[in-house]
This record gives sequence, C-alpha cells and structure tokens, in this order.
Amino acid sequence: MKDTHTKPMIVIDQVVKKFGSFTALHGISAEIREGEFFSLLGPSGCGKTTLLRVIAGFEPPTKGKVAIGGKDMSGIPANSRPTNMVFQSYAIFPHLNVEENVGYGLKTRKMSKADIARDVAEVLKLVDMESYGKRKAHELSGGQRQRVALARALVMRPEVILLDEPLSALDKKLRDQMQVELRSLQRSIGITFILVTHDQEEALIMSDRIAVMFDGRIEQLDTPEGLYRRPVNRRVASFIGVMNFLPAKVLGVTDQHVKLDIAALGQIDVPRHDIDPAFDIEAVDTIGVRPEMFTLLADADDTAQMKVQGEVVDSEYYGDMTYYSVRLAGHDTPVTISMRNTAGRSVVPPGSQVTVGWGADSIVVFKE
Amino acid sequence: MKWLSSKWLAVYAVVYMIFLYAPVILLPLFAFNTSTIIAFPLSGFTTEWFVGLWYTDTLHIALGNSMFVGVTTALLSTLLGAFAARASARFAFPGKTGIVGLIMLPLVLPEIIIAVALLVMLNQLGMPLSLWTVVGGHVLICTPFAIAILSSSYRGLDRELEEASFDLGESRWGTFRRVTLPLVLPGVISSLLITFTISLDEFIIAFFLTGTDVTLPVYIWSQLRFPAKLPSVMALGTILLLVSVVLLIIAEALRRRSAARQGVDTTLAGL
Ligand SMILES: Nc1ncnc2c1ncn2[C@@H]1O[C@H](COP(=O)(O)OP(=O)(O)OP(=O)(O)O)[C@@H](O)[C@H]1O
Ligand SMILES: [Mg+2]
Repeated sequence: MKDTHTKPMIVIDQVVKKFGSFTALHGISAEIREGEFFSLLGPSGCGKTTLLRVIAGFEPPTKGKVAIGGKDMSGIPANSRPTNMVFQSYAIFPHLNVEENVGYGLKTRKMSKADIARDVAEVLKLVDMESYGKRKAHELSGGQRQRVALARALVMRPEVILLDEPLSALDKKLRDQMQVELRSLQRSIGITFILVTHDQEEALIMSDRIAVMFDGRIEQLDTPEGLYRRPVNRRVASFIGVMNFLPAKVLGVTDQHVKLDIAALGQIDVPRHDIDPAFDIEAVDTIGVRPEMFTLLADADDTAQMKVQGEVVDSEYYGDMTYYSVRLAGHDTPVTISMRNTAGRSVVPPGSQVTVGWGADSIVVFKE
Repeated sequence: MKWLSSKWLAVYAVVYMIFLYAPVILLPLFAFNTSTIIAFPLSGFTTEWFVGLWYTDTLHIALGNSMFVGVTTALLSTLLGAFAARASARFAFPGKTGIVGLIMLPLVLPEIIIAVALLVMLNQLGMPLSLWTVVGGHVLICTPFAIAILSSSYRGLDRELEEASFDLGESRWGTFRRVTLPLVLPGVISSLLITFTISLDEFIIAFFLTGTDVTLPVYIWSQLRFPAKLPSVMALGTILLLVSVVLLIIAEALRRRSAARQGVDTTLAGL
C-alpha cells in the first residue's frame, strides 16, 4: 500500500481564507498523496473544518487554490467535485430511510433503479448495515448513523472522502472500535481519506501522515512517528503525547554533535543526525524528553548510558503502565516518567530515592 | 397523598373543560331547535336553519369575501413567515432578538388597538377601506403565528442536510425539491391552515377595516340585530366552528408529524 502513496491527489497551494476581517487560514500549503490516510489535527478553532470545507468546495478560498487529481478546482462547486463529505452531525436525511439515504447521490447520476439497489446493498454490506436498510435516521444509534454517513459517501466512489470529526459523537469504546474499522476499510478500498480531528491519539493511530494546525497554520506535516519523535516546536510537542521540557544552554557545536548543558541532566553531546539542518542550532534553549525515554533503574542495572538521582513525588497506576512524577536532583519541576509494569517489578512508592537512566539520542531540541 | 392530588387535578380539569366548552355546545343545540326563541326547553329537531343558509345570497357574498381574505392572508403571512423563520434560524445578525420580538408583538397586543391604529393610519394616508385593507390587518396578526410554526420546521432543517445533498452531486433546485421542501412542507401546510382559520374567524379588524364588503363574522354580527335570524346565525356559527376545529386539528397533526420526523420537541412549548 505504502508505495502507491506517491502521486499527489490533492495539492493545496497557499490557501488563505478570511471571514470578514478574521483570517481563519493563513496561506496553507500541503500535498496529499493518492490512497493516503491524511489527518488534520489541531485544537478547537484552528481552522480544520474551514480547510476541509475549502477542499470540498463549500467555501471559496480568499486566495490560493486547491487542485484535486491534477485539476484546478477554482470555481468548481461542491456538487461537481470528486470528493464526498462525512459531516460531523452525519447529516442523515431524516425523511428518508437508510437505503434511500445511501442511494441519494446515485439518483442524481440517472442510474437505473436496479443498479442503485445493487450498489446500495453492496456498500451497506461493506459497513455491516445490510439489515438496517428500511430504518429511518431516528431509529439508528450513533455508531449506525456514522456508518450510514460513511456508506453514503463511499457509494459515490469519490477520489477523496473528507471526514469532519466523524467519531467525536461516539463513546470511548465504540470510538476505539470504529477507529480500527475505518482504518482497515480505507486500506482495503484504497480511497484517499482526509480526517479532521482534535484527538491526537486518534490521529496517531489512524493516519499515514498528519498535519498539525494551530491558528490557521500548519506547524508540522509528518508521519505519526515523525511527529512524536521529532516535533518541530514546543507547541506541537506538548499537543502530541506528553513531553518533559528542561531548560538547556548550548556549549558548543561540532559536525556530529551539539554540546548542551541541560538542567538536572548535566553536560551532554546530542547527536545532530535527527535535527533538521535548517534548524538554528545555536538558538537552542530547551530540550524535551518523552516519559518512556526515562527509566527507573533497579540497583543492579548498570546498562543505561546516563544516570541521575531523583525522588518519586507521585505515581499514577494504569494497569499496564505506571506514570511517575519524579523530582530530579538539581531541578524543581518534577518530570513524568512512564514504566511498563512487567512481571517482577512492583510500583515504586512516593518518597523513594531512585536512579533514573536516559540516553542522549532520546533528546529533542527546541528554541523559543 | 399522591392519588389524592391527582384526583383533585382530574376534577379541576373536568370543571375547567365544562366551563370552557359548555357555551360552545349550546351553539349546535339551538341550531337544530325548531323554535326561533333561544331558550330552554328545546321544542323539536329541525335542519331548516341550515337549509335556509343555502338560499341566503348576502351570506354567500360574505362567504366569498371571507374566502378571499382568508386565502390571501394565509398565502402572504406564510410567505413572510417563511422568510423570517429562515433568516432567524440560519443567520445571526445584530439586534436579531429585538427584531424577532417586534415581529412577534402582535401576538400579545389587543386586536382592538391594532384595528384602531390601522384605521387611523389608513385615514391619514387617505386609503379607501376595502377587503385588501382587511387582508393587511390580518397579515399583521397572522405572521407571528406563521413564524412560530415555521421556525420549528426550519430549526429541524440543519444546514448540513442541504450541504450534504449538494455534496452528493445534487443541484440547488434538486436539493430544494428533495430535501428542503419535504422537510418544511408539513410546517408550511400547517401554517397555511392556521393563518386561514385565524383570518376566517377574526372579527374586530375585519369590522374596522372593511368598506362595504363584509366578511362572515361581520355578517353574523349584522344579523344579530334581527331576533328572527338568531337560529340561522346559530347554524352558521356551528358550521364555522366545525370547519375551524377540523382545520386546526389537521394543522397540529401535520406539525407534530414533521417535528417527530426531525426529532425535535413535539409539544407546542417547543415553539
Ligand atoms: N462562517 C464563518 N464566519 C466567521 N467565522 C468563521 C466561520 N467559520 C469558521 N469561522 C471561524 O474560523 C475559525 C476556524 O473555524 P473552524 O470551524 O475551521 O475550526 P475547527 O478547527 O474546525 O474547530 P473545531 O475543532 O472546534 O471544530 C474559528 O475561529 C471560527 O470562529
Ligand atoms: Mg470543526
């Protein structure tokens, strides 16, 4: 699947969207590849829905343009674009039953009744709703409505399906299940999906690539792993997962390393290969370490590259994991450390003195 | 305790209903009574008063006038109501609450005040009184009802439904025909029926604002001067009452059905 993700399906070029004097999108550019599961992730009000509506053709961009499948979409209305939308409210037509809802778009294509019925039955089977064809919208559960909305878009065989927070109305358990289903469905049919979400976990689980948006700008566009391991700034780093920040000073820069003096961790050579060459390395003033990059060392354990002393302040037990709040020697703000609860390791009680191990390659550098 | 209070509530409800509807029951009672004197005991059963209506030409003219006023009022106030309801459901604009409040004001103003005010204004403007001036007055009092009914229809009509239709390849006209209209049609019909009924039964404005052409209620009032005509007035009143009740029941049934279909509150309180 991955190697088909090369051709650009959607090219977003310098798109600006203004509502009166308010600028919702500040010159967004991105390329979305064919067959890709692409997510727009960001906090409420950052312009995710607006960008999706620009792509769908509901909002004309104030400046810039969008091309889909190599064709400029300027001036082409939503009903003539090769995209279909799954709305946040699902927008199931309340006066029609499930089959009529799903067949709604096919009817505009002047298809025969038999062909429509066949396609509708096929797609309802795909989303596991074949026995609900005669139900009305108000007789369906949230998850079922979501499937109908998806089926209604899928049956049109669009080049791109746009989904605006399709899972936000579902409870946690159903949401987890639908995330997996949606992802595997997308893989099997190979249609490009663009998903809007403000849930970073959802974006990480489902996407091939993610655009992280703040205030109408894309701050970083990367794979889930890239976002997690190499966030470009503190805002992205703290939006995706948990990140410990520690103040740092640059002592010197060589071709291979940057020498930093980090609060609590001391002087250390950080390898440069993970750092963007364009990044102004002299300006580094903060570093980040993910909670799982620290380890609480047993007394006998001596394999860690670097060690520092600390005291457990607090702990949160999650069953498979425990999150510790640990105050490192020489630094007041406690850091968060996550440990897998393997057999034979018991939870360390608050007040315990511990040795914390960490590695130089787990460090991400930031500047203000 | 609970059964006691619910029992008293039931008694209260029954007494209230008798108080409210007993006079109305008297209307058909005397309409079928042979005597021209409106008093108990009843003297016998007859349908002659109803038959007599059939041959009263002035009544037919009044009926024609009422139909004209009623239908025109229903169409105009529903049209205005549809615009206002759509605007208030879809768009936020400065002073919206105030403007909507002003439009709804005739609902609570005494009709006599509206009637006199309109009469004074028409005189100042030098406009001759006619059935059209009655239509104007009726549109003024009917539009708030139309707005209230249509607002609930439009509120159930999510903007995303029309967008979804458009997104699925349907044209603007097709979207109106396949989504918008089916969803608001029951509300529109309900509004037409109710505004028609209000106009048909309205007396004060019709009395003040009409010229030489009288509407049914004004005709009835003019007949009250002749005691011999009382039973036929009763007969006419009975028919009017029946028609009004039937129209209102249809209107309310339609409104509830459309509301239920859109999954919104089905009680009048939901307005
Ligand atoms: N039609 C509009 N008129 C004026 N401002 C608008 C309009 N649509 C969106 N905005 C503004 O643009 C900004 C971005 O809105 P948008 O709906 O794209 O956010 P979002 O990222 O989808 O947020 P959420 O996660 O809450 O859905 C918001 O500040 C919003 O108030
Ligand atoms: Mg949104």
